[in-house]
Amino acid sequence: MSAFPQPLVARAAPLLRDNVDTDTIIPSREMRSTGRTGLADGLFAPWRYVGADTRRENPDFVLNDPAYRGAAIIAAGRNFGCGSSREHAVWALAEYGVKAIVAESFAPIFRNNCIRNFLLPVVLERTAVEAIAGREVTVDLAARSIACEGIAYAFAIEDEAQQMLLHGLDAIDLTLQHRADIDAWTAADRTARPWVYDLPARTQESVTP
Amino acid sequence: MPRTLFDRIWDAHRVASLPGGADLIAIDRVFLHERTGAAALARMAETGRTLRDPARVFAVMDHIVDTRPGRGDGTLMPGGEGFITETRAACRAAGITLFDVNDRDQGIVHVISPEQGIVLPGVTLVAPDSHTCTQGAFGALAWGIGSSEAEHAMVTGTLRMERPCAMRVTFAGALPPGVTAKDMILALIAAQGAGGGAGHVVEFAGEAVRGLDMEARMTLCNMATEFSAVTGLIAPDERTFAYLAGRPHAPADFADPYWRTLASDADAVFDSEIVIDASGLAPMVSWGTSPEHTIPVTARVPDGPQRAHDYIGLAPGTPLAGTPLDAAFIGSCTNSRIADLRRAAAILKGRRIAPAIRKALVVPGSMAVRRQAEAEGLDKVFEAAGFEWRMSGCSLCFYAGGEGFPAGSRVISSTNRNFEGRQGPGIRTHIASPETVAASALAGAIADPRDYPA
Ligand code: SF4
Repeated sequence: MSAFPQPLVARAAPLLRDNVDTDTIIPSREMRSTGRTGLADGLFAPWRYVGADTRRENPDFVLNDPAYRGAAIIAAGRNFGCGSSREHAVWALAEYGVKAIVAESFAPIFRNNCIRNFLLPVVLERTAVEAIAGREVTVDLAARSIACEGIAYAFAIEDEAQQMLLHGLDAIDLTLQHRADIDAWTAADRTARPWVYDLPARTQESVTP
Repeated sequence: MPRTLFDRIWDAHRVASLPGGADLIAIDRVFLHERTGAAALARMAETGRTLRDPARVFAVMDHIVDTRPGRGDGTLMPGGEGFITETRAACRAAGITLFDVNDRDQGIVHVISPEQGIVLPGVTLVAPDSHTCTQGAFGALAWGIGSSEAEHAMVTGTLRMERPCAMRVTFAGALPPGVTAKDMILALIAAQGAGGGAGHVVEFAGEAVRGLDMEARMTLCNMATEFSAVTGLIAPDERTFAYLAGRPHAPADFADPYWRTLASDADAVFDSEIVIDASGLAPMVSWGTSPEHTIPVTARVPDGPQRAHDYIGLAPGTPLAGTPLDAAFIGSCTNSRIADLRRAAAILKGRRIAPAIRKALVVPGSMAVRRQAEAEGLDKVFEAAGFEWRMSGCSLCFYAGGEGFPAGSRVISSTNRNFEGRQGPGIRTHIASPETVAASALAGAIADPRDYPA
């Protein structure tokens, strides 16, 4: 998967609502296969389209505004991505072309899902989000800064997440470098807490209706 | 140095401190379901990675399974069958214990994990499902993750995480009659906001929490995710140990002395503390489209975001009680256990739901709950009152695109989310306790369960 485009220059689509949930970002009915693709069309379906089963665009929704169609940056409110843990929400955003979301706060599972898929979650104060919403911004992840109309807004992100996004690092590969530590820990824990590891195989009779 | 319960479990699972400040945390149990688990397993198969220890990974079919009796792999959700057959094949290939559609132990993931003794005090357990926090009721560190993180946990036996902060929410005093764990958690979210727990692991403590049975403790922890917390947890006690004794996956030589050390020290310092007077709580019902839009059933709709008022169709100042309803739902990992069904049935016994209620469902949280309820005759009480009695699953807790409530319905629901469209396009959801759902179904309008003594 590709790393974060550095720097990212794009207009921030204003979606300044609080508690935007993952059911709205990608409704369950739009998750039609067990794969991670084919989701962009269902992104924000309840708001983007008129009626549940149509693809008729709702002209009032920001991503249907020609100025923001295909937006790479979304400016949002408080607790963005709350609700279901479905990673499909991030896959749908990424497939649509969103590279960064600037919000007042994020739901924790959603934020982790973003990082694992190289989509940048940026937290800024409400006034700063409002100041950049609808404007062209330059996101410099290496410098942890967003510039808009001559003003720079600093943001915080953990070193590890920053490096993963900048270099497209895979978390599993990174962790497997610690395999010796994991093996040693597990060996010691097996003695301390054998009940964690010694699980009964399910008997046939327990699975018969 | 005094430690919190969270500190104890976290420190015991820290495999390494990573450069950049995160910790590598050992994961004891992974639980998958067919809606998000298949994606994690499929990716592993694609990349040729294997499970570190399949014996500690479990899976269940719960989210999109049909809940009508006589069910098979077919689903009302278009295309749902593929999720079921693909998950089954992937579980077989990976050697994972699967609770299949017609397994006698099938049920909602967070209901069957405790029933089976898969969650245990002091373990770390993750699932690609946000309500995994439910299982924190057993003194475990249990939290929801995405599919990529599930894959990471299965392949490496660990997760990389920044250490969250610790919060304690103390419910002081005793709960008044007719007020439940559901009302406690809704009152907390209403008071602090849906983002109030962000960045924190929340330990629930205090007299009113100690007084809850295990099922109610699960209800309390269930909605920690609606509070935006990493997870919720409750220190295990004799009640916890008694619940788990003899469960199929619990250790035979039960009650490891280690479990009795799982508590916060009296002088432990939390990053933040909230105290709520439990004795002043009332039955709570949501009025809007976020769990923070919740008020006592006796109150009037406050001023909220215009969008929420428009969607739900209730103007500020409207009394919530008396709002006419079209449908009722008792189920979900929040409130579908035997104690929930007993309390709802006690209100419904010998009564009949209002004619205005066009659809009323009871969906037990597991097949074991269903069998127990039938042994007690609760199914007959629900059916006589006008509810449909279903097989176990998530059902209409969320809308998957198959079965739905009648168009435009206003639903009173024992679930956890009242988001726009959560139970179907345009459906207006009011979340409440099973008692409040039962009383409101009888009234045909949002009602105070205290007016319907059992
Ligand atoms: S019952 Fe509802 S909230 Fe619980 S796991 Fe199922 S869909 Fe999620």
